[in-house]
Amino acid sequence: MELNKLKDIATQVRRDIVRMVHAVQSGHPGGSLGCTEYMVALYFHIMKHNPAFNMDAKGEDIFFLSNGHISPVFYSVLARAGYFPISELSTFRKLNSRLQGHPTTHEHLPGVRIASGSLGQGMSVAAGAAMAKKLNGDDRIVYSLHGDGEMQEGQNWEAIMFAAHHKIDNLIATIDYNGQQIDGPTDKVMSLGSLQAKFEAFGWHVIELKEGNDMQQVITTLETAKAASGKGKPVCIMMHTAMGKGVDFMEGTHEWHGIAPNDAQLENALGQLPVTLGDY
Amino acid sequence: MLTANWKLPTEKLIFAPILADIMIQDINILNEKDTRSGFGEGIVEAARRNPNVVALTADLAGSLKLNQFMKEFPERYVQCGIAEANMMGVAAGMTVGGKIPFTTTFANFSTSRVYDQIRQSIAYSGKNVKVCASHAGLTLGEDGATHQVLEDIGMMKMLPGMTVIVPCDFNQTKAATIAVAEHEGPVYLRFGRPKWANFTAPEQEFVIGKAQVLAEGTDVTIIACGHLVWTAVEAAKELTAKGISVELINMHTIKPLDEAAILKSVQKTKCVVTAEEHQANGGLGDSVAQVLARNYPAPQEYVAVNDTFGESGTPTDLLEKYGLGKDNIIAAVEKVMKRK
Repeated sequence: MELNKLKDIATQVRRDIVRMVHAVQSGHPGGSLGCTEYMVALYFHIMKHNPAFNMDAKGEDIFFLSNGHISPVFYSVLARAGYFPISELSTFRKLNSRLQGHPTTHEHLPGVRIASGSLGQGMSVAAGAAMAKKLNGDDRIVYSLHGDGEMQEGQNWEAIMFAAHHKIDNLIATIDYNGQQIDGPTDKVMSLGSLQAKFEAFGWHVIELKEGNDMQQVITTLETAKAASGKGKPVCIMMHTAMGKGVDFMEGTHEWHGIAPNDAQLENALGQLPVTLGDY
Repeated sequence: MLTANWKLPTEKLIFAPILADIMIQDINILNEKDTRSGFGEGIVEAARRNPNVVALTADLAGSLKLNQFMKEFPERYVQCGIAEANMMGVAAGMTVGGKIPFTTTFANFSTSRVYDQIRQSIAYSGKNVKVCASHAGLTLGEDGATHQVLEDIGMMKMLPGMTVIVPCDFNQTKAATIAVAEHEGPVYLRFGRPKWANFTAPEQEFVIGKAQVLAEGTDVTIIACGHLVWTAVEAAKELTAKGISVELINMHTIKPLDEAAILKSVQKTKCVVTAEEHQANGGLGDSVAQVLARNYPAPQEYVAVNDTFGESGTPTDLLEKYGLGKDNIIAAVEKVMKRK
C-alpha cells in the first residue's frame, strides 16, 4: 500500500484510540498511540493475513499482542482491516462487548488468538505458535509486540532463551522501546540496561528501529527483519517510539499510559488528528 | 496403603465404567506399577493415533516416562529446560496451528508455579493444552513438602472450563491419557510417583466425567480419587468383613463432577466419606460436599490433609502420619455412620 494511504490509516486509528478511551473514560492511550505506525504497517502492508478469521492461520502470518493493555490500537487496526465492523469500536470496555479491556479469545473477537494483559506471556505464546508453523511445514512468520517495561517480567527471558535454543527463526518480536511505564521512566522504575545487548547475548538477531513513528522507517525495518528471518536465529526489533505520539500533550510522558482524556482534551486531540477514513 | 498379602489376579477384572453387582472382594491387584508410567505409555498411544499430539517437558522427561515418546516421535518432543512458565505459554501458542500439547513436569511446577500462565494463556484463552502432572501429593515421598503439592486439585478446578482428572492406577492413567487427547479443551491430569496397586482393567475405556462404581453397597458411600482409591478398596474389604455394606466410587474426574452418581449413591446410603491425597480445603471432598449441600444434605467425613504441609518420608509412612491410611478411612466410615 502507498505510504500516504498508510499514514492516513494511522491518523484515523489515532482518532479511534482517543475516542474509544474517552468514551468509557478508561483504557491505555499512550502505548496505543506510540505503536500505531507499527500496527498499521503490519496489517496493511507487511503481513499476509485473512480477515475471514481462522484461529489456526495455516499459510498466514500471525500477530500476537503481548502488552495487551494497548488494546485500543489493536482493535482499531483489526476493525479497519476488516476483521469486524468498525461500528463495534463503540462497545470498547462496555458490558457484553467482544472488545474487552484487554484482548481475549473468550468473546470470540476475530483477529485475537490469545488473551493478554497479565504481562510477560506473549513471547512464549509467539514462540510456540512459530514452532507449530515449523512442524506444519508452514513457512509464514509470527510477529509479536511487547512493552519495554514488560521485559521486567522473568518469563520473557525464559522464552528468549527457548527461542534461540530451538532456532525459532520464523519469529519477529518487536519491543516498544518508549522508555516509559506506569510508575515513571523505565530507568527509574527498574533499569533495563541494554536490551539490545541482552537479546544478542541470548542468541537473537537484533535490529534497531530508531524512528518507530516514521511509517517509512517502520516498513523498511520490518522488511529487513523479514529478510533476516529463516537464518537460524529469532529476530528482535528494538523499536524506539514516543508514548502518546500524535497528540502533543500526551507525547513522551508516562502520565498518559493509562488515563483517558476529558471532553476538552478530546477536542484538543481530535483537532490534531484530521478525519481521514471516517469515524466509527 | 500397600499390604503384603495381595493376591494375583485370578478372578474377574473391573471394567469401566460400571459393572453391576461387583463385590468388593472381587477387586484384586494385578501388579504394582507407577501411574506416571501409565502416562508414559498412554501418551505414546495417543501420539500414534493423532499426529498433532506433541510432548513438552521442563527437564523432567525421564521422571515423566517420556523415553518411548522421544524415541518414536523425536520431532514432536519439545525440551523447555527448567522454565515452566514459558512451557505453558509455548504450549498455548502451539495450539494455534492445531497441535495438542501435553506439558509434563511435577504437579507442583504444573500448577502453583504457573497458575497465572495457565489461567490467562490456557484456561481463559480456551486452549487445547493437557497439563500432565506427576509426583502429586504426599506420595512423592522423600523430597518433602517443597515438592508435595496438596493444593493443585483446588487451584485447577476453580479455573472455568478446566477439566480435572485424577486416575487411580497405572491402567487407568494410561486410558485417561489417551482419552484426554481426544477431548477438546484444557485438561489437568494428575498422577504420581510411587509404584502402587494396579487393579483396573488393562484395556478399559475411560469416560471423562463418568464415575466408576467399584462396589455397590447400602450402608455407606466412599468416594475416592487417585492413590487413595486402592486404600479405600482395602478399607472397604475390612469393613465388608465386619458386616458393613460399602458402596465405593472411584471419582477419577473431579471436574466435571458426576453429580448424578454421587446423589444416587448417597440417597441410598445416607452418608459419605471422601478420600484424597490433597488438602481438605478445595479438593474432591469439597466438590462432593457442594453437591450434597445443594441437593441432598448428608453427613460427610473427609479423609484428606488437614491444612498443613507435608514432610520427607516414605509414601506409606506419610499417608499414615497425615491421616490418609486405610485405618483412617475405616474410622471415618464408623464415625459418619453414627451421624446418620
